[in-house]
Amino acid sequence: MSAPTYDLGKLHGGLRLQAHKQMSTAEPIRQVPVPEQLILPLAQHAGDPAQPVVRIGEHVLKGQLIAECEGSLCAPVHASSSGTIVAIEPWPVSTRHGDSAPCIVINCDGKDTAIGADENCAAYDNLVPEDLLGNILLGGIAGLGGAVFPTAQKLMQATTCDIEYLILNGVECEPYISCDDALMREYGREVIGGAQILMHALHVGVCYIAVESDKPVAIQHLGEVLAEIDDERIAIKMVPTIYPSGGEDQLVQLVTNREVPSGGLPSDVGCLVQNVGTAAAIYNWIIKHQPLISRVTTITGDGVATPMNVEARLGTTVGDIVRFAGGYTENAEQLIIGGPMTGKSVTSDRVPLVKGTNCILVLSQTPSVRPEMPCIRCGDCAAVCPVQLLPQQLFWNTCANDEKKMRSYGLIDCIECGCCDLVCPSHIPLTASFRTAKARIREQADEKARAERARHRFEARNDRLERDQQLREEELARQKETARQAAPDAIAEILKRKQDAADED
Amino acid sequence: MEFVRREAPYLAPKADVASMMLQVLVALIPAALAHVWYFGPGFLLNLIIASIFCVGSEALMMRMRGRDPSIALADYSALVTAALLAFALPSLTPWWITATGALFAVIVAKHLYGGIGFNIFNPAMAGYVVILVAFPMEMNLWVAPRMGDIDYVNLTVLQTVVYTLSGTLPDALGFDAISRATPLDAMQSGLRTMRTYAEIRTNPMMGDFGGRGWEWIGNFFAIGGTWLLVKKIIRWQIPAGVLAGLLVPAGLMFIFDASTNASPGFHLFSGATILCAFFIATDPVSAATSPKGRFVYGVGIGFLIYAIRKWGSFADGVAFAVLLMNMATPAIDYITRPPIVGHKRGGRD
Amino acid sequence: MDMWTAVITISLIALLAGIALSYASRSLTSDSNKLVEQVNELLPQTQCAQCGYPGCRPYAAAIVESDVAINLCPPGGDNTVQRIASLLGKDTLPLAEQPRPGRIVAVVDEALCIGCTHCRSACPVDAIIGAQQLMHTIIETECTGCELCVAPCPVDCISMRSLS
Repeated sequence: MSAPTYDLGKLHGGLRLQAHKQMSTAEPIRQVPVPEQLILPLAQHAGDPAQPVVRIGEHVLKGQLIAECEGSLCAPVHASSSGTIVAIEPWPVSTRHGDSAPCIVINCDGKDTAIGADENCAAYDNLVPEDLLGNILLGGIAGLGGAVFPTAQKLMQATTCDIEYLILNGVECEPYISCDDALMREYGREVIGGAQILMHALHVGVCYIAVESDKPVAIQHLGEVLAEIDDERIAIKMVPTIYPSGGEDQLVQLVTNREVPSGGLPSDVGCLVQNVGTAAAIYNWIIKHQPLISRVTTITGDGVATPMNVEARLGTTVGDIVRFAGGYTENAEQLIIGGPMTGKSVTSDRVPLVKGTNCILVLSQTPSVRPEMPCIRCGDCAAVCPVQLLPQQLFWNTCANDEKKMRSYGLIDCIECGCCDLVCPSHIPLTASFRTAKARIREQADEKARAERARHRFEARNDRLERDQQLREEELARQKETARQAAPDAIAEILKRKQDAADED
Repeated sequence: MEFVRREAPYLAPKADVASMMLQVLVALIPAALAHVWYFGPGFLLNLIIASIFCVGSEALMMRMRGRDPSIALADYSALVTAALLAFALPSLTPWWITATGALFAVIVAKHLYGGIGFNIFNPAMAGYVVILVAFPMEMNLWVAPRMGDIDYVNLTVLQTVVYTLSGTLPDALGFDAISRATPLDAMQSGLRTMRTYAEIRTNPMMGDFGGRGWEWIGNFFAIGGTWLLVKKIIRWQIPAGVLAGLLVPAGLMFIFDASTNASPGFHLFSGATILCAFFIATDPVSAATSPKGRFVYGVGIGFLIYAIRKWGSFADGVAFAVLLMNMATPAIDYITRPPIVGHKRGGRD
Repeated sequence: MDMWTAVITISLIALLAGIALSYASRSLTSDSNKLVEQVNELLPQTQCAQCGYPGCRPYAAAIVESDVAINLCPPGGDNTVQRIASLLGKDTLPLAEQPRPGRIVAVVDEALCIGCTHCRSACPVDAIIGAQQLMHTIIETECTGCELCVAPCPVDCISMRSLS
């Protein structure tokens, strides 16, 4: 079961892009030394930011918990090295394109002392799956493929479904990025170990490690590790080198030929997808008791002197990593965190390396911004869309701000892969306009929900006032009734008093 | 170090409207040369006049709309319209007719609808139909191909220029002397006067498949069109649809009765069939967009061409067929939407 | 004679068509109540009375029953005008009054509040909590920005703040 296989589902569209990966995979992974200062954002994952549990001036050890989970969708943050907390303050972060977010700043003492593993962690296969998932939560593990969804919560959601296939995503289809390739070449044992832990946690019987066909070295190494450990449940599946076959839904479709329902999750069709880096991180935490404090990342592009893959501590600034890789070349112009298709362009290299930083891409030439022409309805965009959308129709409706039509043409299903942008002869920024339109739709949905709530409160208030009014009227009627019944005696008394007064005159 | 913020994706698109249009023009060159070879220099004059008026009116309309003309001119779409219009015209056409067609095509059919990308109708065909109906006599002044054995007086270059500029024919020749029926014309009128197909084919104007001269131009259109297909400038669905929609009914009727129907080969190599299949119907703006929709659109055009040729009063129905299917494009697009991945099969909720 | 045949035929067709149309327009009208409900759903529910009606539902009723202009709601924005226009088959109009951009909420300056409950009674969605002689505060998530609480405050302690 360990030989790579080819039988696959079909993916519509997609593009064959120039890979640009060889420039960074020539050498093995290099270790970036611990920097003088580490900046750890509280929100390195999707969901609610973590809350600090340390104070300024406190001394922390490597691997110590410095921010804990708050809210239902969260992952804790650990210190990447030993040192002193000097600040908890806003700092530019890559998730906000260089805008600031709260971060914990640690001045490293250079000793890199690790916190001792104080509990006697049971071997994981003795653990009940629920406890295992609880453990994974404590390790700060989030999806390292870029989406940084807190892994423990993802696994907990998956336990409510019947998972048939665990798919490890080693596809890495975006150009320039090669960190997963490097990880699979050198840390195959950790990746497969992580797969085994996941399979135990979710009672899954089959695991596929999906790797692109242009990664023969990684496939070979993984094959060797598999042969060694001899686990029949795990197999390698080679997928064709087409962007974006590494997208979660696309990978499920390729490997199992099942379509993830719109608005749903892979668990709805019995699949769970995890990045190979996440699997390795799980192994490191559960087996070696190392929380997520470092990651492999690709530093590449023609704006960097020596492209390479590095392993660096979370919190190392991008600038430090670029300097480690030989510094900028003279025409470095664009800094992108992520790949050239879906990455985030950041304004400053002071942003730290975080859990989701799979690539630091420095490009020497910003793409020439040619004037945008009207859409000529050539249909090339629809031919490459992996979700079989009609980007052209979506674009017309986005310009017309027609929400109903946008939903009908499937705007919500757009994975923002960027394929349509690359083939548009009119150079229309399709993906950017869809992103904006989605944000607008979300805003409008929020507004509508608020208006609904306001309407209910208004109606409830009117009911309350009516009820109060009715009660008052009833009370008044009751009083009148009592008065009326007592009236004849009262009137007689008044008349008698008047009579007496008149008599006296 | 500080950097500039941009939006993903960060790779430049390789495709370009201008280069697409240029490649279409290049693909038309072989057929243009063949046209001049067989039918004289009139085509070049028409092309020049059409280009001047198309480009000029495009610049004028952009100015009137308050925009920079160079944006519209840079995409060469006006030149493509001029070229297609020139191919549709008889080689002897007075300049004012060509000009009217070009002006209508660019000003009304293109810019009054919003400019490139917004026009519902194929501009070249809209322009052609207007002048066809407005100047019926001049638009039927077709010349015979320059083959040694056809009894015909070819006009010299100077005479062609004079006619184009002034509309006056050389003294000794009258209208009827100059104009010859096109092969399609001859076929249509022949069949309707109860002559058999085989009889009509004996006319010296008829070549191996279609009309002489015309069939070679058709070949060159096909070469150009195939090159566009290989370069992925156009997709196969529309040409395949047009040819299927025309040749299947033609073939069936020919099988049914070979004496009163023209053969599919004749239909293929006559008139503007191949020009339409590869160059006119494939105008992206006015055609359907989904792959299935394109095929349906093409089949519709092909069938309408056949219907007009067989039962209509015009010899060649390409222009009308294209315009009629342009009208149907929004409906075709709506009906042939592909199912989105993750929605119920066919669910277009 | 032929001309008269033509005239009479066409006139008869027109007459029949007219009768059919007027019958249809009477028997196929939409239920008025349902329509008021539908228009009300499209309004933003701020209950601010900027349209001149004491709430969104009265304005919706006025639109449907008294053919009042549909562009009187600034918080609804152009979107709402368009939606109402397409629902009722009317023409869109530009807004009579431009709305302020972004979401605004009311804020009580607690240093000045005297606990008189006037603002509390004024709020159409009960977004102010407080009791007699006790501090009042505005529930930010429920405040619709209608500004009806600003005027009743005797010490002017309520101000509007933009959330963006």
